[in-house]
Amino acid sequence: MRRTLGPLPFLLALVVYLVASNARLRENPLDKLLPSPVRMAAAARSLAFEPDRRSGSRLLWLDTGASLERLGIGMSCAALAGLLLGLNLGLFPGLSALLQPFVTAVSIIPPLAVLPILFIVFGVDELSKVVLIFVGTFPVITREIMLAARNIPREQIVKALTLGATQLEVVYRIVLPQLLPRLLETVRLTLGSAWLFLIASEAIAAENGLGYRIFLMRRYLAMDVILPYALWITVLGFAFDLALKYFIAWRYPWYGVEEE
Amino acid sequence: MTEPSANAAADPAGKLLFLEDVYKSYGPKIVLDDIDLSVRAGEFCGLVGPSGCGKSTLLRLLLGAERADAGRILLDGAPLGAPDPQRGIVFQKYSLFPHLSILDNVLLGPRLSSNFGQWRRQRASFMDEAASLLKTMRLESDGDKYPHQLSGGMQQRVAIAQALIMHPKILLMDEPFGALDPSVREDLQVHLLQIWEERRMTVFFVTHDIHEALFLSTRVLVLSQYYRDGRTLPPDCHGSKVVGDYQIKKDAASTDLKRTAEFADLAQTIRREGFEPTVLQNINEFNLKHPDSWRSLNPEEAAGS
Ligand SMILES: Nc1ncnc2c1ncn2[C@@H]1O[C@H](COP(=O)(O)OP(=O)(O)OP(=O)(O)O)[C@@H](O)[C@H]1O
Ligand SMILES: [Mg+2]
Repeated sequence: MRRTLGPLPFLLALVVYLVASNARLRENPLDKLLPSPVRMAAAARSLAFEPDRRSGSRLLWLDTGASLERLGIGMSCAALAGLLLGLNLGLFPGLSALLQPFVTAVSIIPPLAVLPILFIVFGVDELSKVVLIFVGTFPVITREIMLAARNIPREQIVKALTLGATQLEVVYRIVLPQLLPRLLETVRLTLGSAWLFLIASEAIAAENGLGYRIFLMRRYLAMDVILPYALWITVLGFAFDLALKYFIAWRYPWYGVEEE
Repeated sequence: MTEPSANAAADPAGKLLFLEDVYKSYGPKIVLDDIDLSVRAGEFCGLVGPSGCGKSTLLRLLLGAERADAGRILLDGAPLGAPDPQRGIVFQKYSLFPHLSILDNVLLGPRLSSNFGQWRRQRASFMDEAASLLKTMRLESDGDKYPHQLSGGMQQRVAIAQALIMHPKILLMDEPFGALDPSVREDLQVHLLQIWEERRMTVFFVTHDIHEALFLSTRVLVLSQYYRDGRTLPPDCHGSKVVGDYQIKKDAASTDLKRTAEFADLAQTIRREGFEPTVLQNINEFNLKHPDSWRSLNPEEAAGS
């Protein structure tokens, strides 16, 4: 029953769109606001498969590649840094007393508010976009990892010592492996805001990228491009989310099972 | 300060575990108040006492997870340091590593305490030992599972196997069966006794269940804060002492033992002496009959009241 109900709102939205689009196009066949699916498909096909006249590359893939590269680099750096800092904050109370207020404060700053600063400091090239994604996701990841590290029972650490572990082995054989799924889970949850930061920074200054294209096309009111791009971004986001979810479940079958 | 004791029990030689004048407090609260103790190798030592009397604290001191404020603790004649493979531990929970399979949990000790070359060379023999331990623990078909897939009783059996593979000099257990259903609990008690009889290892077993201690142990220690001594402190301001120390004679390991009259009497006595807040024994009347029992009282304490 639930399964069959799920697609209903999608269908409804589609029908509403088709009816509205149809009505507008009947009045004015050149209307750009609600393009017909046929036009969108044609625009999407040409973006995906025909080389652009000016740059000679297939724009959809160029943009996707550029955006994913920024997203990938930014998130990877944030994940790595968040893991290292969160681990240390979680394990060493002294360090956490020193740094935690700072990390909390940083996490409250709306990243988009500091975007101009990033552009000034890091230039309008790749670096500032990657840094924005980093700044926007790193504090959350750090905090989650810190909490997860703190939640590892002391008993486990004592037990590991009685099994002959050194301090270092406790960290990378006992603590770290238990944090990895949490890290991926947090990356999964922050990916949504990472997309937001990516598109915002691409909209303001870029030469390619999914966000850049959308905002460029806005000038021409080219809804037949904007809508497929928005749909494509949604598909990508959905795919990453699912992929991470299934990867975590497959790689860490013990994760997320509450103990008693 | 302490009166010299002529008692052979007060001599650390030949004792696996030897505690002398051990104190431990948290802030203003004294928990352990001048503990003296010696335990021989092979003993199954049960420690009972009312909730909050400091049983877990004493165990943590033996484990090395915390340091005593004063006094000395010797294991095989050597002072204790941080937790190490000389001592095995089974907690009530959190003894297992959730990210490792059951087999890997059991193998973790050998893996952690051998370097890469040793592990490579001895891998096969470690695997054999882990497999035979799992078999002993009736878990031979569960090696590939993760801890969360096992019942509480099975998890505790894994925790025991995990500790045993290190061949510790002493196995410390803090209410290991405390969270289990009565029938599972009884089953594990019998099982633990069998293993103890096969291996004759030294066990230090903390529980608040007098019957469990009597059933398992060859020696029952009662730790309690309910006693009187010659110090002018109000009675609720002093820490816990060993107020009873009994040798338990056992013929056969059987749950029937629980029903014998002698057993019931002893349980009654221990409950009265250790667990009744209103029954304050004089420090000179403690029942410390075990041959290895000893204590060094300082004069104020010994003055009685
Ligand atoms: N880390 C700590 N900081 C402060 N007080 C503590 C700490 N650990 C234990 N205590 C106190 O020491 C006393 C003894 O605690 P302990 O856990 O050793 O008791 P226990 O005999 O094991 O009790 P239970 O049967 O409930 O497990 C308690 O009053 C407890 O509040
Ligand atoms: Mg306790």
